[in-house]
Amino acid sequence: MTKEERYTKLQEIIKPYLPEDSRLEAIKPESHLINELNINSANLVDIVLDVEDAFDITLENEDMDEMQTVGDAMKIIESKLK
Amino acid sequence: MSSYAEIVKALPYAYPFLFVDKILSMDEEGCEGTYVFKKDLPFYQGHFKENPVTPGVILTECCAQIGLVCLGLFLCRDGDPHTMKKMMVALTSTEMEFLKPVFPGERVRVHSEKVYFRFNKLKCKVAMFNEKDELICKGLIAGMLKTGSDE
Repeated sequence: MTKEERYTKLQEIIKPYLPEDSRLEAIKPESHLINELNINSANLVDIVLDVEDAFDITLENEDMDEMQTVGDAMKIIESKLK
Repeated sequence: MSSYAEIVKALPYAYPFLFVDKILSMDEEGCEGTYVFKKDLPFYQGHFKENPVTPGVILTECCAQIGLVCLGLFLCRDGDPHTMKKMMVALTSTEMEFLKPVFPGERVRVHSEKVYFRFNKLKCKVAMFNEKDELICKGLIAGMLKTGSDE
């Protein structure tokens, strides 16, 4: 899987948790998951669990704290896959 | 047995919104508890007029208090009784199905199985039974738990 494919996959994971109308294009690397995409903390946990399953990685509490934007999530995924 | 009573005592609810009498069993994977819907509970006056039936939201609440909050207190206790008392819970989602009514005075049993408890989110599969062991309602309930040491 290329980095681009991984990013698309991450977007697809996030999409069902968006509260309103939002299209796939609304999810940009700089989008803040809670403040901009309006994802609540409970759904953020589900996103993390879906990410773990999709990429076969395990995230820790520190990763969760660092995961503020979509780009942060991408960075964490990339570092775990190394 | 006494530790179960401690959990019920640590719940942040009181009459008329405490829907747990007793915990029957509890471990890391789930729990079971009972409650009797007392005939004088105030909501029976209006649900329904002259035809008291326990509201579905109250059945959901009972499932959440036994299945999610009691289990959450147990999972967060960490051997420290003080942590237990400070836990706060925010219900984040419920997905319930109702099969049978519960009338005033009925005793129910709630069974809960942990689906996962990660990053402070506890999700449980719950089911409520009446005294005939008939399924009253079932579903999935999730909440965010916050212990006093968190912030």
